[in-house]
Parts: sequence; structure tokens; C-alpha cells
Amino acid sequence: MSDLSTDTLLPDSTRKPLQLDGYRELQLPDSTRKPQQQDGYRELQQPDSTRNTQQIDGYRDPQLVARLLQRIEQLTERIKASQATKLPAVQPATHPSTLRLMEVCGTHTMAIARYGLRSLLPPEIKLLSGPGCPVCVTANSDIDRIIALTRIDRLTVAIFGDMLRVPGSSTSLAERRAAGASVEVVYSPLDALQFAKEHPEQQVVFIAVGFETTAPIIAQTLLRAAEQRLANFSLLSALKQVPPALAALLQDPRLALDGLILPGHVSTILGLQAYQFIATDYQMPAVVTGFEPVDILAGITALLEQVNAKQEGQVVAIGNAYHRAVRENGNPEAQSSIQQVFASQDSVWRGLGLIPQSGLALRPEYRDYDAEQRFQLDVEPTVEPRGCRCGDVLRGIITPPECPHFGISCTPSQPLGACMVSSEGSCAAYYRYGIQFA
Amino acid sequence: MCLAVPAVVLQINLDRTALVDILGVQRVVALDLLPQAVVGDYVLVHAGFAIELISAETAEETLAFFAEFPELAEGL
Repeated sequence: MSDLSTDTLLPDSTRKPLQLDGYRELQLPDSTRKPQQQDGYRELQQPDSTRNTQQIDGYRDPQLVARLLQRIEQLTERIKASQATKLPAVQPATHPSTLRLMEVCGTHTMAIARYGLRSLLPPEIKLLSGPGCPVCVTANSDIDRIIALTRIDRLTVAIFGDMLRVPGSSTSLAERRAAGASVEVVYSPLDALQFAKEHPEQQVVFIAVGFETTAPIIAQTLLRAAEQRLANFSLLSALKQVPPALAALLQDPRLALDGLILPGHVSTILGLQAYQFIATDYQMPAVVTGFEPVDILAGITALLEQVNAKQEGQVVAIGNAYHRAVRENGNPEAQSSIQQVFASQDSVWRGLGLIPQSGLALRPEYRDYDAEQRFQLDVEPTVEPRGCRCGDVLRGIITPPECPHFGISCTPSQPLGACMVSSEGSCAAYYRYGIQFA
Repeated sequence: MCLAVPAVVLQINLDRTALVDILGVQRVVALDLLPQAVVGDYVLVHAGFAIELISAETAEETLAFFAEFPELAEGL
């Protein structure tokens, strides 16, 4: 896909710079992927002359991928052999023949599906998708609150595009927009701020959905609005925090996980420090990693090293396979932005229910910018979508193909629930990349 | 949703923003969360904000580590 040789990055000059596209074709499962999808993706990825593509190509190097896969196979064999000889007490909780690894980041979900990584791994490794897609975990009651906003005159809802088609109890934002409501899709909360400046006659409410990656950005946008004394801008917060959700998952005995693949860019903000409780309180192997094939496979390798070490009686520690973007202490500037503007509050997650102190609400000093303070909302009673098992998918209880509606009565064009709507939802990822096996 | 893309800083503006190059596309991003960024830095961009410096050195060291890690090379 590029003429950039990896030799400039890698000391071992005997390695040939293979063409990645050829490798992908070779490895990707079968004809279920439509050619136009792949062509579109290639076009998107076609690098320009910019310098930073060198780094990216290095992390897509097929030879590194092959080495990591070999190491993963070795470790899987070693873990299996060790399981067979050890006492039951030190075996993984309930699934001795499989290694259950969960990723809790929608961008990982998409990357794993896009690169066909499941099909490359040993059959013993089962990759589960957890509650890592902010759109998917947004509760129906929150969708209904947003929809209630669209019924207010001279009010524009500004929102990330992924949220548009998520069905609420009786309708979606897309349907509200078709019916004449003012709904603006934005790439950045700063675009919502700009829209508010340009439309002083209109109240603009930005819908804050996301995890710690997005929370500081929204905090800074609000601080800019306050600085500019923008009277027609406010926020509705459905922001969530990842560590309390991880704690809730780890307390669920049904899940029986062997390891956690921790999110990359949430960790960029929070740093490794935020996950120490996973090692100390739960002795669960866990590794932060990035989003290129080499990153993900290096993360799985490091995770299996930890599973193996744990079997041999060693103490687990949080691993970092994304050194170039994640530091021990994260981004302190971003953390203090979150602290300055938001305070923790209880929050309801689709599939996981109420998780104490897992949400972010505006602090009292910013209540003037809180849409719920500013407007009287008439929210309809919450009705969960019938038959949708998004909640079970988000907890790793089932994989998307195990839902009877998957691909039949639930598709991206006719979604039953959020996991099929969001581009980062597990169901959407499995559907788009034609993954039919669990 | 937590997607962030690498970019190169081309120019620092006076209003806490920077002109960056994201895979060949130029865009203005906010520097509120990364005030220390300078021209030539690699940064991660998420939803219109630079959120972290990417260490090019670390990126290359990591690749070199994988390339040379003896256990990974076993059997090749």
C-alpha cells in the first residue's frame, strides 16, 4: 500500500518490506467482505507524503504480525499445558479450555474485526467485546432525555453522528430530525460552540456522550463558552468513566475473564495509574494497547505472558503495549480539566445497570450551562427495545451471532438496538466484517 | 468514539490552536490540553483537540524491540 520501506524504522535490514494489502487478502477469512468495502478502506488509508505514515506502516508490518502470532501460539500451548497439570484452584474460573480476553474499547472492537484478527488467533483464545462503545452503553432513559430536548422550540441539539439513529423508547433523533426538529451533527464540541455563536437566536445544547478521552475536550469547550459568556450554549451530560465499569465487570462472576485488553486513548488521558486496582484487588492480567495490528497482537502477547506468569504464582501488574501514546500518569492537564468542570455521579449503563460514581455531571458552579437546569424536560417513560440483546453483548455474556436477531431481524439499516447502530458497536462490527462465528 | 489520529504540528497560532497535518489533510486543532506542543511534534488528535504527544522515538524503539526480541523470533 505504500512505497515507504519499514527498513528505515527497523534495524533488521534482512526483513523485506512486504505489501500489507497482499497479506490482508491472504489472511482475511473469506468472501463475506464485499470488495467495494475493502476498496473504500484502501482509499481511506492511502498514505500521503507525510512523515507520520512511516510509524503507522511499521505497526502494520506483516512480518512483525507473523512473529507475534507465533509467540501467541507458543504461550497458548504453554498455558494449556500448565492448566492440565495444575490444581483446580489455580485454573481460570469456569472455562478451562478457552482463554477469555475482553476488550473494553469500541475502537479495539472495530480494529479487531477490520483486520480479521480473530481468524488469526489460536482457537482457544476467545476475544469478547465489553462495554467500550459510549453510544452503545448510553441508557435508553438518556436517549429519551435527548429526544425530549428536540421538542423544545428554538433549540438545536448538537451531537456526534453515531448517536443519530439509536432508537429511544418511541423514536430516534434521526426520526425527530426528519420530522423537522433541529439536530446538528458535529465532529467536535467546538463546532457546536461555533454554531451557537453564529445562531444567537437559537439555544444550542451539546450532548456530551463519551468516556475520559472525550470528557476533557468537552470540559475545555465549556470553559471556552464560559470565558466568552455565551448565553445560548449548554450541555446535557451522559459522560461515563471507564474504571468504575471495569470494577463492575470484574465483580460479575458469570464473566470468568482471563484478561482485559484496556483501552488506548482513555489510557492516554488517565495513565496506567488508573488501573492499579485491577491488579491489586482482582489479580486480573490487564494490558493497555493501541489500534494497529501489531499493537493489538503485542497487547494479546503481553496479556498471555501475564496469564502464564500468574499460573506460575507471580503477581500481575498492569502492562503497557502502547508506550508511544500512554504514560504512567496520563495527561495531567486533561485530568484537571475533567476535575474542574465535572463531578462523579451515579450513572446507568445499558446492559450493566446503575454503576456507582461512574458518570460525570457538571459541577454546581457551571449549573448555568446545564441543559437540565435551563430547560424543563418532558421525558417519556422508558421502554427497552423488545428482543434486543445489546445488554448481554455489552457484558460479554453472548457474542453478536449468538443473538437470534443478528443479521436477520437486526441489521445496520434496520437496527433493533444501539450495538448495531454505532459504527463501534460489537454487532455492527461483526455484521460489517462478516463474522458469523462466535 | 475514542478514535484519535496521529498528526504533525505545522504551525502554532496565538489563540491556543495549531495547524496540523493529519495524513495529508491540514486542519486547525485546539491545544488546550497540550499547551507544550511545538512545531514538528507528533500529536494525537481527538474530536478537534490535540490530546497527547506521540513519542516518535518510543514508537521506533518499540518496533525495534519486537524486531529483535529473541523469543518472538523463535522458529522463524
